Amino acid sequence: MTAVSVVAYVLLTAAVLLALVRLVRGPSLLDRVVAADTILAVVAAALVVVAALERNTVIVPVVVVVSLLGFLGAVGVARYVGGMLIRSTTGDGVDVGLPEPAEERGVPR
Amino acid sequence: MSERIRRLVHELPVLGYLVVVWVLLWGTWSWANLLAGAAVALVVTHALPLPQVEQHARFRPWAVLRLTVVFLGELARSSAEVAWEAVRPGGGRSTALIVVQLRTDSDLLLSLVVEALTLTPGSIVLDLDREDRIIAVHMLPVRNHDDLERRRRGVLQFEDRIVRAFGRADDIAALDRLPDPAGIGRPPDATGGADAIDEQRGGRR
Amino acid sequence: MSGLLDAVAAVLLLLGALLCLTAGLGLVRFHDVLSRMHAGTKPQVMGVLLILAGAAIRLRGSSVVWMLLLVAVFQLLTAPLAAHLVSRIAYRRRHVRRDLLLVAEIGFEGFGQPLPADAPQGDEPAEAVTDTSAPSGGSSRAREG
Repeated sequence: MTAVSVVAYVLLTAAVLLALVRLVRGPSLLDRVVAADTILAVVAAALVVVAALERNTVIVPVVVVVSLLGFLGAVGVARYVGGMLIRSTTGDGVDVGLPEPAEERGVPR
Repeated sequence: MSERIRRLVHELPVLGYLVVVWVLLWGTWSWANLLAGAAVALVVTHALPLPQVEQHARFRPWAVLRLTVVFLGELARSSAEVAWEAVRPGGGRSTALIVVQLRTDSDLLLSLVVEALTLTPGSIVLDLDREDRIIAVHMLPVRNHDDLERRRRGVLQFEDRIVRAFGRADDIAALDRLPDPAGIGRPPDATGGADAIDEQRGGRR
Repeated sequence: MSGLLDAVAAVLLLLGALLCLTAGLGLVRFHDVLSRMHAGTKPQVMGVLLILAGAAIRLRGSSVVWMLLLVAVFQLLTAPLAAHLVSRIAYRRRHVRRDLLLVAEIGFEGFGQPLPADAPQGDEPAEAVTDTSAPSGGSSRAREG
């Protein structure tokens, strides 16, 4: 089980690091939302792995909370930006202060 | 039967779901848990009321079982596809943005279809035109046009399965209806993008 | 028997962790928000489900198995919802690499209308045809290119 735990932790850590890269690089707010959501899900998965390998059931309730937090954050941001889009006459939010989408600006990604 | 009782009966499935969640959260079965769960469920549903979903759904155990198996299989398959797309050199460079007209006309079934589609055959549902039952879908690993047509059929097949599992008789009958003869879409002056977001906020006209 | 079950659990845990890794890889490698959303939902959800299954096998008999089941159900319910909400906004904000689209049956100026036959595709913004003098308010079609 030691080998299993080492490999599993390495894989999950790499996953979190990759998602962190996306979180830092962006380029848009929505990219960061997706990245943050993924990070929380991977953290929840890692907690489950700890619980399974150590047969430690105390942290399982934490997993329930963490797995729901990512969802709440994503919905919150999506509704916030959606609210700005409603006020936007062009429909894409550029006229209410949101930046041009990076996909059309040719920003390195 | 008073209005209050009718409303309570209407809410029974939601109450049941909340009680089950409560009991699962505690992890042990006891009458005290059940009663506490029922109390919490009542408080939650009455303190934070949601708009009622009018259509009732059926529950066909055999079809639901088959749907579950197919769903899990599809989830595994599309996870593997997206995972491979993420790993292979030069992956993720071929996507598609398509529209599909669904045949079911029930709010509940449409939301189920949209939820399931987002998880299964390489697709994410972007938007929904409720009146014309059209969904916009983003597909990720799309190799060529044949592949795309296969996926498009897959979407309709999936709708078929879900409606046959949860739909009423008239929902199932509606599956045989052909796409609108006028084709998808409406005259250019019809609903614009912002309206769909209004709908999301409950401001439907 | 117990050894076999533990082996199965270990395999499930590793597979799940591997899928989580591909989700992270997809997040970094894919080219627009919508594609990244694919990576953030499908392999991610499947990975978490596999890990939960592995944990349930390993912790068999304990009461937390029910809680793990609850987490699995929450994942299945919430992940597509969040994906749909976020990608819908991403689509309205035009976070799409148009040059990578094999087929684009819709533009961004409204939903449910097929692209006109002469609509620009590829890198060129589809809403390059603008009419800035058009009365605003309610018209989501007039926009600046």
